[in-house]
Amino acid sequence: MSTPTELSEASAPGARTGHRKQSSTTPKPRRVRRLSQRDKVVLGFMVGIPTLVQLAFVWIPTLLSVFLSFTRWNGLALSDIRMAGLANYSYVVNDSPAFWPAVQHNILWLVFLAVIATPLGLLLAVLLDQQIRGSKIYQSIFFVPVMLSLALIGIIWQLFYQKDNGLLNFLLGTAGTPQAVDWFGDPHINIWAALVAATWRHAGYVMILYLAGLKGVDASLKEAASLDGANARQTFFRIVFPAMAPINIVIVVITIIESLRAFDVVWVINKGTNGLELISALVITYLIGEGQSIGIGSAFAVILLVISLVPITIYLSRTFRKEKF
Amino acid sequence: MSLHEDRSPGGIIRPGFDRRTLLKTLGIGAVGAAGIPLLAACTGGSGPGGGASASSSLTFGSGSSDDVPKAAYKAVTDAFTAKNGAKVTSNVVPHNDFQNKIATYLQGSPDDSFTWFAGYRMQYYAKQGLLSPIDDVWEKIGGNFSDGMKKAATGPDGKMYFVPNYNYPWGFFFRKSVWAQKGYEVPTTFDALTALCAKMQADGLIPIEFADKDGWPAMGTFDYINMRLNGYQFHMDLTAHKESWDQSKVSNVFDTWKQLLPYQNPGALGMTWQDSAINMGKGKSGMYLLGSFVTQQYTDPTLLADIDFFPFPEIAMEGQDAVEAPIDGLLLSKKGGNNQAARDFMAFIGSPEGQDAYAKVDPSNIATAKGTDTSAFSPLTKKCAETIANAKSISQFFDRDALPAMATNVMIPALQGFIKDGSIDVKNLEAQAKALYAAQ
Repeated sequence: MSTPTELSEASAPGARTGHRKQSSTTPKPRRVRRLSQRDKVVLGFMVGIPTLVQLAFVWIPTLLSVFLSFTRWNGLALSDIRMAGLANYSYVVNDSPAFWPAVQHNILWLVFLAVIATPLGLLLAVLLDQQIRGSKIYQSIFFVPVMLSLALIGIIWQLFYQKDNGLLNFLLGTAGTPQAVDWFGDPHINIWAALVAATWRHAGYVMILYLAGLKGVDASLKEAASLDGANARQTFFRIVFPAMAPINIVIVVITIIESLRAFDVVWVINKGTNGLELISALVITYLIGEGQSIGIGSAFAVILLVISLVPITIYLSRTFRKEKF
Repeated sequence: MSLHEDRSPGGIIRPGFDRRTLLKTLGIGAVGAAGIPLLAACTGGSGPGGGASASSSLTFGSGSSDDVPKAAYKAVTDAFTAKNGAKVTSNVVPHNDFQNKIATYLQGSPDDSFTWFAGYRMQYYAKQGLLSPIDDVWEKIGGNFSDGMKKAATGPDGKMYFVPNYNYPWGFFFRKSVWAQKGYEVPTTFDALTALCAKMQADGLIPIEFADKDGWPAMGTFDYINMRLNGYQFHMDLTAHKESWDQSKVSNVFDTWKQLLPYQNPGALGMTWQDSAINMGKGKSGMYLLGSFVTQQYTDPTLLADIDFFPFPEIAMEGQDAVEAPIDGLLLSKKGGNNQAARDFMAFIGSPEGQDAYAKVDPSNIATAKGTDTSAFSPLTKKCAETIANAKSISQFFDRDALPAMATNVMIPALQGFIKDGSIDVKNLEAQAKALYAAQ
């Protein structure tokens, strides 16, 4: 954005010489000299602190994880670290019975969020954007799940899904009978139960983002569309939705990220076993707590990192390409 | 969910905090308070010597964060202070956190003495040099313990590290009234057990109550079948990975278990042990293989009095000699090794006096020292205590005897898979065990 002005300044150096003491130098060193000592210190802090924070909390741990994934370590003394080559990766791919189910479940998670949860959030946003009574109350209700803590979510869904005393089986009339659906225990059903719980959170999140997006769409666009004879549906899909393009991209990224870091619901149900395997849960299982096996846990983490890099790279390259134009 | 599904074999029993125990706690407090002036009188007379004992102090880290055990350890430290004069500073940490952070805790600035478990889980940290051996303490307290207890307190280098406080047995629990009504008899052999199960099923009961949503309870069944089939030593060698998983001895365990699977609650994978305990309390199921902490679910005293217990039946070898009875007790950290007061405290918890102070507040567990007061025991507790006392060998439960990573990351999913459809891949178990034990 600033390039054209710079160029014009450089091409016409004499234009504003009257205001400057030295006119013969090129504009670049002049620009630097405009920074006082204090500016430099302030700038140094403003750039330096985030860089240090970024280094300390993102880059160094990431690189260490990558390093540790090639080692065997019990997490005690540093001298205990031994190189292990690709042994941890071979364990993950060949020996760990949970890895491939976890990959499948992460993909299922992504598809489910993209096809059901995100459109549901959009639908809620569109409905609540109308001038209906109590819209604020509904918004709060749908957004509450996003703010709840892990422990609370666990209790809430326990109340729904519990086999013998849960609300769901009670409504189905099967509570306490042998036909009762085992929502958490049946490995073919519990992933869907978890996905419903995840949707309950994700839809609220998407809804808030789209509500902000809808508020940002110029009302005159809609007016113009209706003047042109477009019905509500056409207005939405042809005018409003495309006008929200920046939000849509954010939502796509969020949906992908949410499906990769899907963790909490599964963890509170059974710590990610018995049909609920997810890569993130495996990372935690192997890294945190007494049962830690740092090399293997790091290998899981690196695999998750590589998978995450794909959508992130696509997103970033798109954003940067846009800025160039 | 940690809020209502605690990992109990590794954790702590939490019986209801009723009025009686509250009164007892107050009583202990009163006794402790009464002891202080008495002590002051003693040390006051000795002049400068009193200053030395008053200056000694120790810190005590406790993962026993539930109300009753917490109050019980408070009673112990108070009693110790009253006796010895050393000041005890307790740091109580929620038990899941305490267990998960044990490695960093021991490497950082641990307390002098802290609560922990017997078995591999103790030996592992002893091997890393993070604990202080306490052979001198055992010279004083050794006479208070059985050989089984002593074995469980020994480190991999043959030195003593652990002082047992209490334990609790695993076995089949059942309702006497239900059994009397149907005329069931306690089985002592595996065949008698399966025959009884068939009979119960015909009577419309779930023969064996079972829950494994949290993964660990099924390890109890595995451990018992393994010990009854292959003996106690094989259990120890397998959990230490001196024996391979990929052998017929291990496959036999699962094959034998398959005979019981049809009789265990089919809904196990969606249930917690609390759910199962309630089922048995309602008389829906015949018996339940669990630790004696199952009784904490029965707050109704008539129901509690109706609960009885029998040890796991004999299968192939060693009769009913081995009992699974996880022991909780104290360890001395590396730093605490230099503190004489901390060593005295360890000796105190290994004495009948110290264990009585604990058991008075938390009567749901069984004190491990000989000569402790058993007059307040219920008939069930008495039976549990006798079973442990008569045991030739005491195992600690799979997740205490084995590498924690093996127990949590491999066994839990493997057993859940087995419960689901009876399939198990011992080759894969061995492959995983190899990788995990090699990393230690």
